[in-house]
Amino acid sequence: MIVEVQDLHFTYPGGVEALRGISLVIQPGEQVAIIGQNGGGKTTLVRHINGLLKPTQGSVRVGGWDTRQVSVAKLASRVGYVFQNPDEQLFCKTVHDEIVFGPRNLGYPAERIQSLVEDALALTGLEAQIGTNPYDLSPTWRKMVALASVVAMDTLVIIFDEPTTGQDASSKERIAGVIATLRQRGRTVITITHDIDFCAENFERIIALAEGQVLLDGPSRQVLAQGDVLARTFVDPPQLTRLGVSIGLADTVCTQEEFLEAYQKQFGL
Amino acid sequence: MVVIDVHELTYTYPTTNVAALNDVSLQVTEGEFLAIIGNNGAGKSTLCYALSGFVPHFFKGTMRGRVQVAGMDTQNVTLNDLVLKVGLAFQNPFNQISGAKYTVFEEVAFGLENTGVPREQMVERVERALRLTGIDELAERSPYSLSGGQQQRVALASILVMEPQVLVLDEPTSQLDPVGSREVFQVIKEMSDSGMTVILVEHKVEWIAEFADRVVALHDGRIIAQGTPAEVLTSATLAEHGFGLSRYTTTAREALKRGLWLVERRLPTTLQEAADGFSRGKA
Repeated sequence: MIVEVQDLHFTYPGGVEALRGISLVIQPGEQVAIIGQNGGGKTTLVRHINGLLKPTQGSVRVGGWDTRQVSVAKLASRVGYVFQNPDEQLFCKTVHDEIVFGPRNLGYPAERIQSLVEDALALTGLEAQIGTNPYDLSPTWRKMVALASVVAMDTLVIIFDEPTTGQDASSKERIAGVIATLRQRGRTVITITHDIDFCAENFERIIALAEGQVLLDGPSRQVLAQGDVLARTFVDPPQLTRLGVSIGLADTVCTQEEFLEAYQKQFGL
Repeated sequence: MVVIDVHELTYTYPTTNVAALNDVSLQVTEGEFLAIIGNNGAGKSTLCYALSGFVPHFFKGTMRGRVQVAGMDTQNVTLNDLVLKVGLAFQNPFNQISGAKYTVFEEVAFGLENTGVPREQMVERVERALRLTGIDELAERSPYSLSGGQQQRVALASILVMEPQVLVLDEPTSQLDPVGSREVFQVIKEMSDSGMTVILVEHKVEWIAEFADRVVALHDGRIIAQGTPAEVLTSATLAEHGFGLSRYTTTAREALKRGLWLVERRLPTTLQEAADGFSRGKA
């Protein structure tokens, strides 16, 4: 499902101009990370893709649907959105009810709902918690519930708004696993993140926003190599990219394996 | 001077049998900058609550052992007494905004109003806190119209403005971009240098390595390591327990296995240390 954003402008009531002419196309099955400074327009941009916000000027199309012409409820069948703050999203008494809510609302048949719920529970490691009240879980597990409840909607486009916030190494791995699975299934994944190392390791394309405009957009390696431009988005390149630069590696590296390989190659050890 | 003295603290939340903290003993001296690390569910937030009196006063549950903060035994005083000495910034800034104020300025002034600070002094202190946290331009905005990262700065300003003796921060930069995180860490460092005692829960170990005086590692409610950042963040214990470490440390550990890092050289925790180590390797 293609996402097309054309000259998008958005001004909040009260006059804050959050988006100032954004154009981009996200192809079906792409894994895109959106990075950039706080207040730079990241959340405002993705809330246009599921129709929560409507353009002040310009347009957003999802699989050909103009988001201004379609209700948020209808767009929910195409775009799933996991909120930055899970507490804004969760309201059911049990983890099971929470996860079943989305697919049931989309009117899927009972069998499909059941298999989607099981799948989402397994992907997020929540199988043992189906009867638990989400608010009895820690904030980090609530985040997994929020994630599972959107994954279960089985939409072609899924948006994660800062999924790794406050997560430890093993939950980050679990989230990376969810994203990898969605990639295998050909889903489009759009993720807002400040975790640039996570970004480098899990996404093929990066869009950097600054002050409501696209500053960089391209393959991850290419974007992360531009340290000086990135600095304007208030983002540092990944740790190993910076290390590579500081010891004079010729290639831009993002991951451990890339770093060690390039290091060995260049310094002939 | 010891400002925090936790003695054999074991704490269990109501409705569960599993202790969130188990036999934790910890001393913090005045002006120290202590970082607490650990996986999700290790007990980090619970320890923050215990230091600020929310455990047991707000959460109830069963507490054994003793927590003394700024000369007070937390079990013998009320939250009202503690709030003047200990400031706690919640993990989730959205939960901390009062909901009773129309502007950021008023929100940050809320704590001072409640403690009867004279108006002139209040205005001065609020302005200073807004400046420190880099949100002076947002003073007239509604707290709810702000982005996640901006709200987090409001939450931090609301605590700093109280000028507590002990500052307890539960992941204060979780919603912030990297540059914003660094700014906030620098503010915290300044507070620490000015004599405030700082307890910081944080996953971003790169910053801990740079700023903290000491690190305590929690696992399943117990302290499994403590010492300087350089000692703790490179210890084999942490790697075995699945702690998130910086890429500098994990990559150097792998390089060591492949003979690309000198055996006698300590594993790095910062960019500078990693660059030094890998540069030496090539020479």
